[in-house]
Amino acid sequence: MEVLVYLIPISLFLGGIGLVGFLYTLRSRQYDDPEGDSRRILDETWDDQPKP
Amino acid sequence: MQRDDVATARVNLTLKRAYVTPSGDVAPSDLIGTLARVGVLAHELDPTAIQVTESQAAGRALLTRLAVAGFAAMNVMLLSVAVWSGATDATRDLFHWISAAIALPATAYVGQPFFAGAWSALRVRRLNMDVPIALAIVLALGTSLWETALSGRHAYFDAALTLCFFLLAGRYLDFRTRAAARSAAEELTALEVPRALRLEGDNQIETPVGDLCVGDRVIVTPGGRIPIDGVVETGTSELDRSLLTGETMPMHVAAGGWVSAGEVNLTGPLVIEATAVGQDTSLHRMADLVAVAEAGRANYTPLADKAASLYAPGVHILAALSFVGWYLWAGDLRVALNIAAAVLIITCPCALGLAVPAVTTTAAGRLFRKGLLIKNGTALERLAAADTVVFDKTGTLTAGKPELTNWSQLPKNAQSVAVALARASTHPLSRAISEAGQDAEPAHVEGLKEAPGFGTEAVMNGVTLRLGRPGWAGPHAASEGLSSILSIGEETYAFRFTDALRPGAVEAVERLQAAGLGVILLSGDNAASVAHIAKELGIEDWHATCLPEDKANQVAVLAEAGQKVLMVGDGLNDTAALAGAHVSVSPASALDAARVASDIVLLGQDLSVLADALATARSAKARISENFSIATLYNIVAVPLAIAGLATPLIAALAMSSSSITVSLNALRVR
Repeated sequence: MEVLVYLIPISLFLGGIGLVGFLYTLRSRQYDDPEGDSRRILDETWDDQPKP
Repeated sequence: MQRDDVATARVNLTLKRAYVTPSGDVAPSDLIGTLARVGVLAHELDPTAIQVTESQAAGRALLTRLAVAGFAAMNVMLLSVAVWSGATDATRDLFHWISAAIALPATAYVGQPFFAGAWSALRVRRLNMDVPIALAIVLALGTSLWETALSGRHAYFDAALTLCFFLLAGRYLDFRTRAAARSAAEELTALEVPRALRLEGDNQIETPVGDLCVGDRVIVTPGGRIPIDGVVETGTSELDRSLLTGETMPMHVAAGGWVSAGEVNLTGPLVIEATAVGQDTSLHRMADLVAVAEAGRANYTPLADKAASLYAPGVHILAALSFVGWYLWAGDLRVALNIAAAVLIITCPCALGLAVPAVTTTAAGRLFRKGLLIKNGTALERLAAADTVVFDKTGTLTAGKPELTNWSQLPKNAQSVAVALARASTHPLSRAISEAGQDAEPAHVEGLKEAPGFGTEAVMNGVTLRLGRPGWAGPHAASEGLSSILSIGEETYAFRFTDALRPGAVEAVERLQAAGLGVILLSGDNAASVAHIAKELGIEDWHATCLPEDKANQVAVLAEAGQKVLMVGDGLNDTAALAGAHVSVSPASALDAARVASDIVLLGQDLSVLADALATARSAKARISENFSIATLYNIVAVPLAIAGLATPLIAALAMSSSSITVSLNALRVR
């Protein structure tokens, strides 16, 4: 059962990565325009700044 | 397409809005023109009328809580599964302590909306849905902590967290529906950027309507809406008053005539001296009437609140009874507290919290795709109960756009002359003539000029031609309804118009009648035209020349007789009736005041979606009551187990999750 000493922190850490990742996407406003983003990703030009 | 005066532009396709940062001096109308050339229809929005940022921040906060609750619940659930599958002694204690370490800070953060809601209800000595939720969370955490300290077998950390997770999911759904409806409603308001052209000496100055004062002189161009009450100083024109009174016949005005805010100027420019502005205009005085009517509707209790008012006391009594019962029976405070916590967790309105929002989100989404905007959370429930429909005529059942009826009966030469004269004018009747005569060859006329407020005039081969109002163009024809006269020298021809029906009106009325609703037509227009429309639509119960008070009274009388009235209207004369009805619908073309007073806004032209909306609302209501039954059924099975002391944390987790999932799946069945 000593393995739990490693496994439980690892599982918490992995879950924490997921949580932090989600909060990052939320903070950086990636859910504000799902429809527009799904189309812009197919476009070859940059969308957050005009073409140079 | 590139413009040098725009620094950045970004389109949000979900909200269908473009944000533009100008680098030079750019007028919105220029950009609208640029976009129109590439085939995109754009409108300017009044940014002060839209409060996106606030609602977005609230949504993000809710979503963050949901994510934290999900993270914590998953981890604690992992540890709990190990305990349920047989971990004992020191391992079990360790797992419980780790769970506690995750659950306590997590619930302190994610549970805040419930604690705040419960506190605000308790402070005014009332019960709401948040009280049993907050109590269940606190009691579950407290007893679990106690049990853990005594290395007991059962801990409810996972239950407290999944409870928060499901309830927050319900909250978020509810929030999203309301935010979507609110932002669209704000958009409709923001569409009319209220500006007026004020005359200062000979200069025209663009001024916000709110800054106008009594005595200001204002120019209203043809096609513009009059912003103030006042007296015409110079100019002659015709006014479309249909939004205020329901009359389709344009009214003639000349210098010295009175005009009121909300009327639309049709033909000539008018200079108006303001006699009343802002809150004092006749448009706004109508608000008093609305406030009186609205008081009647405030009595409605939403289904969710009705359920909560039955549920919250029941849960508390049940939990308290089992606590007292077990304490007396076993004489052990720990056992009694444990069982009370189990009862609270199992009865906690997890599925109830999802029962209504899940259904309304699905139903509102479906209706939005059909072009109906639900502005009010309880509008669907109320729509489902409607048994009488009251329609307004002008602008609601009809498109508010005249259509020529006797084109084919007119001689060829009259047709070609009429088309030539009509094309010079933007008056609605002239437009109807040019539309009817699209294929006709216009006659060659000279000296074409428009006499604002009367008609158009020209000369052909030395003969004077006039097309316009009866009495100006020719002898006053004794005819009912809308007509205009064409005179060629001494000969006169009459053109008759009807207000064309809105697309889908016939179908809507038919299907509503088939669904068992009584249909009534109340109009401010004259009896002949109302009778004509009523006959065409198969409506037997109709009333003409109704004043705004008459409409509101009729609706109040119906309501008193126990009828649940669905009011559909667009004008100022309908506003009081819209506010007084059980549930109300107005088209997007309606006057601002009417849209504010109604629960549902019809975004498209087609009226037949009204029947769809009724069907969806009825099915949504059926789903909501099914969801309540499902949630109750789970309780009936699980509560006796909890009271008997047989409910383990495993059973609590199973009952909670499965009932929430069943309820959400059932919500998707809304047609």
